[in-house]
Amino acid sequence: MHSALQALGVQAQHIEVVWRTMLWVCGVMYVLVIAFLIFAVSRHRRASDSVEPQNDSSQVRRMSIALGSWIGLMTIGLFGLALTSFLTDRALVHAADTPQVTLKITAHQWWWQVEYTDPDPSRRVRTANEIHLPAGAPVHLELASDDVIHSFWVPNLHGKRDMIPGRPAQFRLQPLRAGLYRGQCAEFCGLQHAHMALDVIVESPQDFAAWYERQLANPPAVTEARATRGHEVFMTSACNLCHAIAGTDASASVGPDLSHFAGRRTIAAGTLPNDPDNLRRWLENPQRVKPGNRMPVVTLERDDIDALVAYLGTLR
Amino acid sequence: MCFRCRTRSGATACGSGFGLTVLMVLLLAACHRENRKFEAPPGSDLAPTQVALNSLVAGQSSAQFREQQRHEYEDSAYHLSEGKRLFSYFNCTGCHAHGGGGSGPALMDDRWIYGGEIDQIYLTIVQGRPNGMPAFGGKIPSQQVWQLAAYVRSLGGYGPKAARPSRDDHLQIPAEQGKQDEPLRTAPAQTD
Repeated sequence: MHSALQALGVQAQHIEVVWRTMLWVCGVMYVLVIAFLIFAVSRHRRASDSVEPQNDSSQVRRMSIALGSWIGLMTIGLFGLALTSFLTDRALVHAADTPQVTLKITAHQWWWQVEYTDPDPSRRVRTANEIHLPAGAPVHLELASDDVIHSFWVPNLHGKRDMIPGRPAQFRLQPLRAGLYRGQCAEFCGLQHAHMALDVIVESPQDFAAWYERQLANPPAVTEARATRGHEVFMTSACNLCHAIAGTDASASVGPDLSHFAGRRTIAAGTLPNDPDNLRRWLENPQRVKPGNRMPVVTLERDDIDALVAYLGTLR
Repeated sequence: MCFRCRTRSGATACGSGFGLTVLMVLLLAACHRENRKFEAPPGSDLAPTQVALNSLVAGQSSAQFREQQRHEYEDSAYHLSEGKRLFSYFNCTGCHAHGGGGSGPALMDDRWIYGGEIDQIYLTIVQGRPNGMPAFGGKIPSQQVWQLAAYVRSLGGYGPKAARPSRDDHLQIPAEQGKQDEPLRTAPAQTD
């Protein structure tokens, strides 16, 4: 789901108040302006029919009353808008004051690195291109960028927040209902800016805790022959120079962490749905699927690619 | 011939138009610098077959192949900036710093232990060298090794200047360090 008009987070609801107030104030003023315009045009027509212009004092008084109330209306409207904006700003600062989950999101060209922080280092979780959040809980986000300016935007939950290299930003979310929300980079960041999406999965606190425990555990050991071969290929070719898989020797942090890759919905930040056929296409030539992305073409035998697909499919 | 060329006042306009066209064509020729090749074109990511590392070692380098690779990778700002990114991704900085050297030799000077040509650097990365340089063969795809080799050469000022990336911020003197230096520099002035 990807709509700024459907507010499903505390912050988004505050912003919706501003949006509705603006819509009503501006809508009423627009209708009035058009009505006066039509009135003026038709009145001028009638006036031009008469021979001499009537300029009596009652008309002048009517006119000054109309103009006076028009100015009053504008003042009230603008003051109302300013007040709404001020109060919403204050409410946003105080919303989600006691965060229960803290995570750090680092934007890269063109994917999202996600780290759930915890005082206990053994309870930190790394993933990529998706975040899971418990419904109803205030969440604190630390936003950073690794290369160029990106912008974090989950329209259903909050407004945008720019991610500027060297300038860490703070952000608070509080999703209200379980569901799948789409996030998107909202600042043009290069060739594949459009293919830089983020899945936000809001679930019940129990489901979230279960997911979190699964992420803490290492992926299951491979037993099947083809997957074992895939594991070998991963460890002996170029893959492990950039990617990490928990519980193995692969621990590089240049590319997305693949520890629980098979549990994710998409490949390459929302570019393709995560299924074996797409994964094969991606591994054969990532530059054809998402030209310019940072994953180079790694020349592998067909069998080895099939083995890699089987291996990556076991990473749950 | 266009109508304007037949009028006397149009003759100069047409002449400058021709000059502009020639200029645009010449500028287009310089666009190789900006050309981004995400996939290595056939033949451009081959490994060198025979390379003499220096005049003491037997072997012959193909001057034509070397020239081709230099043109492909060193003249392209895209390849050089990719090489620069990979240089820190793959932790080359751990030993060579940002070219200044550390436990590994400096790369921004003009001394090359195993040769400073692009194909020689390629082999140094792929094969590894004694006393600490690991072999990255089979680990880094060929096109990326060429990008790295071109970037390593650009550190020392080799290759066309127009394509080279600018010097990094972290190679400049940090602000606090500059402040510490200040009293020393102003000290003589105060005694006057």
